[in-house]
Amino acid sequence: MQFNGIKQISEALKSKAISVQELHDFYQAKVEKHAENLNCLINKTPQLAQQQIKQAQSLIDSGSGNLLTGIPLVHKDLFCTKGIKTTCGSRMLENFVAPYDATVVDNLNQAGMVTLAKANMDEFAMGSSNENSYFGAVKNPWDLNRVPGGSSGGSAACVAAGLVPVATGSDTGGSIRQPAALCGITGIKPTYGRNSRYGMVAFASSLDQAGVFARTAEDCALVLSQMCGFDAKDSTSAQVDKEDFSQNLNQSIKGMKIGVVPEWMETLPESIRTQTQQSIDTLKNMGAQLVEIKLPTAHLAVSAYYVIAPAECSSNLSRFDGIRYGHQCDNPKDLNDLYVRSRTEGFGEEVKRRIMVGTWALSAGFYDAYYRKAQKIRRLISEDFARAFALVDVIAAPVSPEVAFEFNAKKDPVSMYQADIYTIPSSLAGLPCMSIPIGLVDKLPVGLQLIGNNLQESKILNMAHQFQQETDFHHLIAEGFAHE
Amino acid sequence: MLINRKEVQQIAVLAKLNVSEDEIDTIVTSLDSVVEMINHINEVDTNEVKPMANPMDAVQRLRADEVTETSNKEVLLSMATNADEDYFLVPTVVE
Repeated sequence: MQFNGIKQISEALKSKAISVQELHDFYQAKVEKHAENLNCLINKTPQLAQQQIKQAQSLIDSGSGNLLTGIPLVHKDLFCTKGIKTTCGSRMLENFVAPYDATVVDNLNQAGMVTLAKANMDEFAMGSSNENSYFGAVKNPWDLNRVPGGSSGGSAACVAAGLVPVATGSDTGGSIRQPAALCGITGIKPTYGRNSRYGMVAFASSLDQAGVFARTAEDCALVLSQMCGFDAKDSTSAQVDKEDFSQNLNQSIKGMKIGVVPEWMETLPESIRTQTQQSIDTLKNMGAQLVEIKLPTAHLAVSAYYVIAPAECSSNLSRFDGIRYGHQCDNPKDLNDLYVRSRTEGFGEEVKRRIMVGTWALSAGFYDAYYRKAQKIRRLISEDFARAFALVDVIAAPVSPEVAFEFNAKKDPVSMYQADIYTIPSSLAGLPCMSIPIGLVDKLPVGLQLIGNNLQESKILNMAHQFQQETDFHHLIAEGFAHE
Repeated sequence: MLINRKEVQQIAVLAKLNVSEDEIDTIVTSLDSVVEMINHINEVDTNEVKPMANPMDAVQRLRADEVTETSNKEVLLSMATNADEDYFLVPTVVE
């Protein structure tokens, strides 16, 4: 069987060329063949899948389904799924069973999508390589000795290896865009507040945002349209109308203005710069106009982010007390011992490091010098983008300064944090942004980042879709994973 | 060094984490490198800049103070390692 995107699969389901069960079995066979080797899943959800297959088939039979009905997917394991383990890649939540579904999960369930599994991830979404998962690192389908990126590495590897057409992810500082780039697929993080954070385990609340991985921008647009929407259960949910992000995909990009940041291009290694420049030239040849822009404060984004994100992390993760849910240590001698040992045993090294950095930045005497100062830098960065978007429609930028790296290549935290230098600025500004595949360097995928102004997901998806009409990079599949 | 052993121990106490003697030097070194990186934020004068807590500058939305859920005490207590019918159980706090 050969499937080329959600629309084609949906057509096959509607015309009864294939049943939802047969479609599921096709992908499930791929899961059985590859998932263990890639270590991309934490828990499979066969019982849930069977229920959802029946529901989806009856929706299709009654003619009331939509394009997503019956389409299989995996959820990053930080989305709560009722009655099913949600581990967040942590020992702390190894046996946690959520009593409710995340709104994002609920929205996709409403459409009749079929959940195959929960995907592996860096613990509490903290990491850029997936090496911080309590359940072991995910392997990159393009080279099993290399990382898939993080933190949504399991989701990205699943889509790249063809185990599912779609996966959910979350992005705080690059956790969708970077693994999408390193695995050679398409991934989008919408505007902050577009997707409900209700039931998505919190890391840094002013930055966390759910999003989608798929092969194409069109599939991302279809799934994102179903995921998004105002949610009263999330107090930071954006009060904007639901939007069909696939509506403008076919518009020409002729005359659209693309901002390029010369400093970012100059700092790239030559091979990645050449590839990135070629993809931007393709957009230019399609009729877009290139405009050089400046983001003068963006070079401070990683520093500001590593105050704000750990501060919010230390506050959010204080809820893990070992008492109400989550890991509890054996034989605590008193209440403090219960707190300290449960947390020390339950959290991994990187999570503890960020809790400590955040605790330090928020402690008496440092709050103004670090936390408030970082929030001020955040405003300067946001204003840089606002000035740029007065001149351009979309910003085209690198995603990652390198291709997928080998396991254990980055031993000190600061060098790992630098993996996100091009993704963190737009995260701080809350902007919609995505990564699209633009070819291979040294047989490994490279991505191009498209950043839009607030709430302009449609524009970046339009540009990405048009690019994918001109190029074939999104069809590249790692050796050994092509559908038979 | 921008951060020392004593400060790391104090942070660990505040964060309810234990730092053992075996690992403290490694942790001091790694936190020190992170603080060094963070310190770049001081390169820019921000005196006139208003802090940005939310990327949309949105303020907390409040809802009406109304009961929206029925009690699901049993479900919530079942998620704890130690609970009886009505309470979470913890080590004795007051003798």
